Parts: sequence; C-alpha cells; structure tokens
Amino acid sequence: MQLLKFIQQPWHWSVSGLLIGLTVPVLLLLGNKAFGISSSLRHICAACFPANISFFKYDWKKESWNLFFVAGIVLGGFLAGHYLQDGNDIQVAAATQERLATYGIHDYSALLPPEIFSWSNLFTWKGLIFFVFGGFLVGFGTRYAGGCTSGHSIMGLSNLQWPSLVATVCFMAGGFFSTHLLIPYFFKWFN
Amino acid sequence: MKNIKYLIAGIFFGIVLVKAQVISWFRIQEMFQLTSFHMYGVIGTAVVTGIISLQLIKRFNIKTISGEPVSVKPKTFDKGQIFGGLIFGLGWAITGACPGPIFAQIGTGFTVVGVTLLSAIAGTWVYGAIQAKLPH
Repeated sequence: MQLLKFIQQPWHWSVSGLLIGLTVPVLLLLGNKAFGISSSLRHICAACFPANISFFKYDWKKESWNLFFVAGIVLGGFLAGHYLQDGNDIQVAAATQERLATYGIHDYSALLPPEIFSWSNLFTWKGLIFFVFGGFLVGFGTRYAGGCTSGHSIMGLSNLQWPSLVATVCFMAGGFFSTHLLIPYFFKWFN
Repeated sequence: MKNIKYLIAGIFFGIVLVKAQVISWFRIQEMFQLTSFHMYGVIGTAVVTGIISLQLIKRFNIKTISGEPVSVKPKTFDKGQIFGGLIFGLGWAITGACPGPIFAQIGTGFTVVGVTLLSAIAGTWVYGAIQAKLPH
C-alpha cells in the first residue's frame, strides 16, 4: 500500500518527462512505430467517413496500432483518474489562480475546471468555444501541421528534425496568442 | 492480436499523462502564462530522453523485438508546419489539450471532452477535404 500511496502523489516533471520520452524507443522497439497521436484522428476519418476524399483513401487498417494505442490512453486515463489520484486539489501557481479568478474559475478539485468542462455548458457560448471551436482548431491544425505535440515536439525533436522545431515554435506562438489575446476576451464576453 | 502490445503501451502512456498532469487545462494555462516551469520541464525532459534513446538505438544498431532494424522517416518541411502549427496552438490553449490528452481527459471522467474529440475529428476531416486549396 505504501507503493500505491507513493504513485498517487502528483509526479515530478522529471519523472513524467522521462516516462513520456521513453515512449519513443518503446514504440520503435515494439514494431518500428513512430510516436504520434494526431494521426489517429485521420485514421478515424478514413475508417468512418472517407467520403471519397483522396486524403482519406489509404489502408488505415495497416495503421490500426495507432487506434489501439489511443484506446489504451483512454483506459489508462480511467485507471489513473479513478485509482491513482490522491484526492488533493491541484497545485496551481498563485499568479495563474489570480488570473483565473477574474474568469470566474475557482474550483481546483480536478485536473480540469468544472466551471468550463461540464455537460451543462455544452449548448452555451462557453461550450461552443471551449469544446467545438477549440477541438476543431486542434484537429484541423495538427493535420495541417502534419503532427501534434507527440509527433513533432517529442518524436520529431527527438530525431533532430528541423521541420518539427518550426512546428513546435508555431504551436507555442499560437498558444501564447490564445492565452493572452483570445481567452481573456472570451471570458469577458461570457461573464 | 499483434496490436495488444500497443493497447498496453497506450494504457501506460495514459497513466503517465494523467500523473504528469499534462492533461490539465490548468497546467496549460500556467505554461502559456509563464507562471510555472512544470510543462517546460516535462516536455524538455521527454525530448532529451527521446534524443538519447534514438542515439543509442542508432549507435548500437538496436533491433526491434522481431529483429528488424529500427527506421524513422524524416519529416519534410512545408508551410503547413507554420500555418497548421499556429492554428493548433490556438486550440491547444483553449481546450487545454493536444490530441493525446484529449483521450486521457475523456478516460478520467470528463466525458464532455468527447465533444472536443468529435470536433477535432471534424477539423481533421475538413482539412482533408480542402487540403488541395491550402498553401503548403
């Protein structure tokens, strides 16, 4: 039980980073698979709604390992979320807490703020922006960029690919823009 | 059944994403508000670990478990990495998630993120539909 208690604490960034980085060689050694997650979204399109679009006409079944991998992520998320949490509030930097308070966000009991991420917000402007609009940008942008944080920022940079460095810099630039110039206005508008 | 090993790898990876808190919307806000080192530490350590691992695989010519040589396709540059990267970045800060964490967030019980996932699939689909018209 000591071990379980030990695992239930939030993990230090170095331990977390090490384990995330090790996913790169693990997938390569298991079967020459390049770590990357956004491709799963393309395979889902190719499998379910190919609509005669050439981008979705390929043998997605050959890439089905990727769908098993993301199904595993859902299961792992379930296991960690239900059995491996210590039940304490998430520790967030004071400056960020102050800023989020001006957005009306005060609940730190979970990894995501329930003030945003609940079903009751789905048919509101908040839901439209945070789930529908945000999700669309993630799906569209990652495919346009040819990869996401895993495929470019971790796998690509690990393999010293400069296009992945360009992509990573742009991911960060977009994130800074959203955080400082869009999100404050969204909340002003909601509240 | 050859895919079961990837399911298991995914389970471990999902657990790590949750315990690393990189699936937390709060951690993403901290990263872009520059109020915490956490995300930079995680991503930086992951990249360094990945670089060392790949160098070791190449240097010692380590083979896959089925004995094949390890090969990684190089990434080719196109303007998509700029435009697409910026668009993804906008969405990353809003949703607090890149594609991997979306799946983990759903697993932890935030089922409403399923809507984000559907919308991300729709975004991927629209990209596929208009790809030829976009600058690359």
